[in-house]
Amino acid sequence: MKNDSLDELYQSIILEHNKRPSNYGHLGCATHTAEGFNPLCGDKCTVHLNVVDQLIEAIKFEAACCAICKASASMMTNALLGKSLAQAEKFTLRVDRILSDDNLDYLESDGDLVSLNGVKNFPARIKCASLPWRTYQAAISQKNRAVLE
Amino acid sequence: MIVPAPFDVESVRSDFPILASTVHGKPLTYLDSAATSQKPQSVVSAIEKYYALENANIHRGLHYLSEKATDAYESTRVQVADFIGVSDSDTIIFTRGATESINIIAHGFVESVLQKGDEILISHMEHHANIVPWQIACEKTGAILKVSPVNEDGSLDLVAMEQLINERTKLLAIVHVSNSLGTVNPVEAIIKIAHANAVPVLLDGSQSVPHQTVDISKIGCDFFVFSGHKILGPTGIGVLWAKREWLEQFPPYQSGGDMIERVDFDGTTYKAIPGKFEAGTPHIAGVIGLSAAIRYLNDMDRLGAYRHEQELLSLATEQLQDINGLRIIGTASPKASVISFVFDGIHAHDIGTFLDADAIAIRSGHHCTQPLLKRFGVPATARASFAFYNNEDDVDRLVKALKKLKKFFT
Ligand SMILES: Cc1ncc(COP(=O)(O)O)c(C=O)c1O
Repeated sequence: MKNDSLDELYQSIILEHNKRPSNYGHLGCATHTAEGFNPLCGDKCTVHLNVVDQLIEAIKFEAACCAICKASASMMTNALLGKSLAQAEKFTLRVDRILSDDNLDYLESDGDLVSLNGVKNFPARIKCASLPWRTYQAAISQKNRAVLE
Repeated sequence: MIVPAPFDVESVRSDFPILASTVHGKPLTYLDSAATSQKPQSVVSAIEKYYALENANIHRGLHYLSEKATDAYESTRVQVADFIGVSDSDTIIFTRGATESINIIAHGFVESVLQKGDEILISHMEHHANIVPWQIACEKTGAILKVSPVNEDGSLDLVAMEQLINERTKLLAIVHVSNSLGTVNPVEAIIKIAHANAVPVLLDGSQSVPHQTVDISKIGCDFFVFSGHKILGPTGIGVLWAKREWLEQFPPYQSGGDMIERVDFDGTTYKAIPGKFEAGTPHIAGVIGLSAAIRYLNDMDRLGAYRHEQELLSLATEQLQDINGLRIIGTASPKASVISFVFDGIHAHDIGTFLDADAIAIRSGHHCTQPLLKRFGVPATARASFAFYNNEDDVDRLVKALKKLKKFFT
């Protein structure tokens, strides 16, 4: 039983993003940067943004973290690149639901993010998936640190 | 010559009910004893019997049950003293665990020893429990925390340590056996160096007492701490031992009932040790459980158990080393049966979750030793720790699962 959900947790999209993450690295022209920490496990994720006129023109991340966190960050950068801050906020709320709601109807716009739906069966790992998103929110609100409690 | 009977691990395993249980429908492989050990039935039964049939407060009632509970509590103090080679059982203080024990010592140093410019020396491989209380003690007093370096193999650099000791050093606080790496530190040599410089030594025995007999009268340290839950006992109970002079010099850590001799609004006098450090109703059931745990260990063939653990350690080390991409962190000798490892491109959490699906319990993370892992340039490791109740099947399952894991993630 647990083995099936292991495949749900580590869906091939997640493993693929873990192996070859999008938008990984430093951003020279960043207007916003934040570091996120999960004190429970010591994971760390840094998000760099270049925001011009409420638009995310560039987004990159760096991380020392697990596959779930890295894949989530990679998918986040793909989802948020080129979006307005308002659209980005909708995505972050949407991810919180994907990570918690058992009866969610998935939307076309969810894209790869749907693959995070297996995480909710692993309560200890939900924070791994949400760390990049909390870090993004910290960056956007001019806080340079996000620490998950 | 008498050949010792081989260690009968299967008979030992039958004393631990949890080892026969299943997780996700598979037999449990418990490789996280460094975090907390499993409990034999005798410990569980002793606690249940106390609460069901013998429950009473101690040191307070003149009735039968209270006297019986007081006897059980106080005789455990003597038993603990014998267990770690201490003759003066008044110097055994019951605490919540190693963490609280170290906090009591740090408090004593803040209140009665440390001055601005004094130094506390610890090592780079300490558990946070033996770092943070000293950081706070230093902040409060203006003392300075010095850190003795760790070699690439996970051993202590004793030459560097000796150079860090000087006339300002007020304490050397050091782990006996590393919880992250398994390194067994040469404490007798370390204590010799420290004492030659008139520096007292605190040993954190949290990870040594589970694996080996500890004889403080031989080791010669000045303070010793450990937790009951890592030696088959319940959580919430631990031990602080210190030389009598220190305990008499230190002020009480907490105050209230049980620790006083006489209370008057004009002034209060404290009990002598050990009462001075045991304010309030203590964890009586915890002490009773600890007593049963120590009885279990004393009745067991501890040398056989140690050899068995060491065999598991070599077997597992050999097989893990053969897995491509796996790197063991901490290869010093001697080593307790703890293996920390990292995998190229696979994070420790993913290892932990993956193994859990096969009912294999290991720890993944920083093991409360963040500075040490930073020293080795890794944010987290996976750690398999073996107790005497583990067997070769446990090693096999671990190795098989790790081979599968590699295929899964790469
Ligand atoms: C070396 C070491 N010191 C101290 C501690 C703290 O023990 P406790 O959490 O039981 O107080 C531990 C346990 O994790 C340990 O391994």
